[in-house]
This record gives sequence, C-alpha cells and structure tokens, in this order.
Amino acid sequence: MVEPLFSVRGLKVALPDMTRKPLIGRAPLAEILKGFDFDLPKGSVTGIVGESGSGKSTLGRALVRLLEPSAGSIGFDGRDITHLPEAELRPLRRNLQMIFQDPMSSLNPRRTIASIIAAPLKQNGLGDNLKARVAEALQRVGLPQSFAGRYRHELSGGQRQRVGIARALALSPKFVLADEIVSGLDVSTQAQILTLLEKLAADMGLTVAFISHDLSVIRRLCRQVIVMREGMIVEASATDALFDNPRQAYTRDLIGAIPLPEIDAGWLDIPAAAKAPT
Amino acid sequence: MSACLDIANLSAVLPNGQRVLRSVSLAVQPGEVRALVGESGAGKTMIGKAVLGVLPSSVRLVEGDMLLEGEDLGRLQPKARRTLIGARTALIPQDPLTALNPSRRIGPQMTDRLVRILGWSGEKADRRTRQLLDEVQIRDPERVLKSYPHELSGGMRQRVLIAAAFAAEPRLIVADEPTTALDVTVQKQILRLIAALQREHGTAILFVTHDLGVVAKISQKVSVLYAGKVVEEADTAALFAAPQHAYTRALMAATPRYTDPFASLKPVDGAVLAGLAAEIAAADLAWRRPHG
Repeated sequence: MVEPLFSVRGLKVALPDMTRKPLIGRAPLAEILKGFDFDLPKGSVTGIVGESGSGKSTLGRALVRLLEPSAGSIGFDGRDITHLPEAELRPLRRNLQMIFQDPMSSLNPRRTIASIIAAPLKQNGLGDNLKARVAEALQRVGLPQSFAGRYRHELSGGQRQRVGIARALALSPKFVLADEIVSGLDVSTQAQILTLLEKLAADMGLTVAFISHDLSVIRRLCRQVIVMREGMIVEASATDALFDNPRQAYTRDLIGAIPLPEIDAGWLDIPAAAKAPT
Repeated sequence: MSACLDIANLSAVLPNGQRVLRSVSLAVQPGEVRALVGESGAGKTMIGKAVLGVLPSSVRLVEGDMLLEGEDLGRLQPKARRTLIGARTALIPQDPLTALNPSRRIGPQMTDRLVRILGWSGEKADRRTRQLLDEVQIRDPERVLKSYPHELSGGMRQRVLIAAAFAAEPRLIVADEPTTALDVTVQKQILRLIAALQREHGTAILFVTHDLGVVAKISQKVSVLYAGKVVEEADTAALFAAPQHAYTRALMAATPRYTDPFASLKPVDGAVLAGLAAEIAAADLAWRRPHG
C-alpha cells in the first residue's frame, strides 16, 4: 500500500448560496461537499469525475486550500492543513500547484511567458538563475525557447495550456490539481496536452488530482477514480475495476452516456428497461 | 428528389482577403442528418450561419450557390430571402442561455416567432407550442411557459429551444453544437430527443459538432472540415468503417475512447498537418488563378 499524500476525512464545505441571498444581509450557506473520506496515494493520478454541480471543482479547491472546509479534516503529507491560516500555508503552496481550465484567463495578458513562469519561482525564493529555470520549464513542456518573450495572445490554445503546465511544474511540486484542463481544447490538441501531462506526471512522480467530466480521458490517465454526484462520493475505486465492473447504477449511466466514435445503431433507442422499470 | 439544402462551391473571405470557406459543396437530402465535423476554426459554424443568412458583416461570400429546396438564395431579394429562410429553417443553438431573452418569459418567446414570422394566430401558436413541449417531454408546460430562462436547468432550456425549432415545421434545422455545453447524461437525452423528433417530422438537419462520437450516433452523412475546406465526405457508416483522408484518421485516433484507452488519444502527426497545409495552399493557388 502506497502511503497517501492526501488523507481526507469527513470533509464538508459550505459556501454562501447567492441565489438565496436576501437583499440586505448575508447569503445563507449551502453545503456543497457533504462528507468526503478518501486518500490520494502518492505518485499517481486520481480522476475526479462528475457532472456539473457535483462539487468536483469545490473539492479540488478545498484540497489546495483555496477554500476552508466547514467540517472534517485534510491531511497533506502527514500534516493537518484543514484550518491552517494563509501565513502558515504559504510555505506549503509550492507543493500545492494548479493547472486551470482556461489558460486564456489564468495567464496574465500583460506579462511575457517567461515572467509568468518565473513568478512562482521568485515567490518561493528560487529567484537565482531564473533564466535557466524558465528555459528548463519551457523545454519540459515542449515549447521553443523563443516563446519566453511572447505574450499569451500570441499563443494557440494548446500552447497556452503548455504554459499553464510549465508554471505549475516549475517548482517541482508534490501535488498538482488539474481542473478540466482540456475541456476547452480541440481533440487533436487535447491528445497532445494529456500525453504530455501523463509523461510528466510519471517522470516527476507527481501526485495529480485530475478533475474532468470525460470518463474516456480519465480511463487513460488515472489509476483510480472518484465518481461524484451532488456533493457525495458515488463510487471510488481503481480505474479498471470501475469501468469493467461499475458497482453503482449512476456510474453505469455515466459510462453508457459517452458517445463513442463508432457506429451503434441502437444507441439512441430508448432501452426497454427505461420504459418499464422493474 | 431535389435536395433540401444544396451548397455548391461556396467561398467566403475576410476583409484581409483570407478565405474562410474554401469552395465548400455539400447537400442535405430531405429528412437526413448531415454532420459537419471539424476542429475550431474549421468553418463549420460559418457554413451554418451562411445558410441562415446571419454571417457576421466582416465575412463576404464571394462565390458559390446555396439552394434551399430548389430556391436559389443568392438570387432572391434580401427581404424575400429572409422570409424564405425564416419559414423553412430553424436553429438549435449551442448555448441556450444566450439564445433566450433573459428578461422575457419562455411562453411569449416561443410563440412570438410563430406569430411574427409565420403569421399564425396567437391561439394556434400557443397550441402548437404546448404540443411541442409535450413532444420534448416537458411534463409541466404551464410552469415552463411562465418561467424565465434562468429558472430552468441547462437541459430544460435546450429542450425549450428544440421545441421552438421544430414548432414551425421547418424543412431544415441547423443544429450548432447543440449538446456541447451539456453533461453527458443530458447530452444523451437531448440527442435522443433530436433524433426522435427529426424522424417523426421528417426534418433535415445540418448538425455542426466537433465530437466524432456525436457524429457516429446522430448522422447518416458527414462532411469533415479543415480550414474551411471539406476534406472528406461520406456516409457516416462508411466513414467510421474506413476513413479515407489522413486527417479524418488522425482525428479518430485522437478521440479518447474508454473502451480502448491506449489505442486512442494519439496526438495528430505533424506529417498529417503538413499534408493538410499543402492541400489548402494548393487549393488556394488554384482558386486565385481565375480571379487574377
């Protein structure tokens, strides 16, 4: 058994529900995560899958402590980080990195690619030898050195996402949260980015939480999967077991709803079972 | 039998002279679903907009013909063209939230179009709207008709727009990535719904998508686009059995499949892209010549 990097127990997160906010006064809290128990094993990629509103992004944000849990505990690398104040979190942040969904909005338009990648290095006291470190980060993600002086708008979507990965990995973190990092990309670019992340995660021994709505992608990339629905874990197991033998009806529905790129004349027919539930 | 939609040699340019559609030809037969598949920038949405006559003003059609049920759209006066397009076609858009007016209730939004464009009586439009809401399996039409768009879920909003699209009995529907913003389980329901209504009403659909999985399930014919050029056209079954163009094969290999995780998700080979670039360049060279 691999030692877990993250140990999550009874995790609950409540956020203000702005749709029910009175005109004057505070919005009532809505519980987004309703009690999570799981471990993220060291050095492997764990998929977190669910439909919109299932709370998968909230879970990710709680892991990297962009959100403070309302109950339960998060253990990271043997340390309880559940309620650590920001000042004490800061030294840990270099090991808690994120790759975002939309690099267009997560890369500063007024900074060069080099300065974007250098920012986390400087903040973590690795400001010496910056040029070489940036060059290494670019090379790692397969971008030419000439990109160092460019700006975000001069790059294609796939190149931008490579910059996002380069920035997250510049500090050689222990943990990377990848939240829907390919959902804005074309399939051909998506394949490049995912194979890159797969290779880097293996080479660097990264622990990755890979949030996605796409089970096909998860099967390729992840060793284990957490299926979420409405703030709860539906099923968590090893990837192959989940696909070969899903235990929950919801998991089966999710898998069955994926349109595979192959002809299947009966796919759009309404199954007899759905018409007359037994 | 004449085609429901017949596009021949359609080319469009931007003000800087760059071609965004490159001699596109395709036909949609009555009652048929034709998928237009390609990556971003391939021009698939542009074709849909050209058909509906809603191209952005910066895009100029410079050659080619579009025939809607045999009527040449290019030869009609603008007003006659709009009337014809309004009566015979409809759109199912990608994002139902921006397609619906946020400050009006669903009911009047759905009936207005029938009254204003088709000249139906309010009563007839209302009856028709309720009938269609029933067909898209909305169980409580009263509530939905009185709702504002933000009060409905994404799937419900898309159902409303599908109902609105079919309500006027169009001959052709342009469906522009209608399920891209939806969760997979909702996507499956919506695709089922579109397929069922399409069969029942005998409507032809030009189905724009980037997802080969959706193409395989919903369409009978498919055109694969790259940089505004149709690189392959085939029966859907034939395309998936034996893709002819290297780009089509590359797209298929790049599409992830949970049934075969390690044979899929293959990055597109540089040679394929180089071949495409050469093909596009050659097509442009050949095209410029007659025009000086």
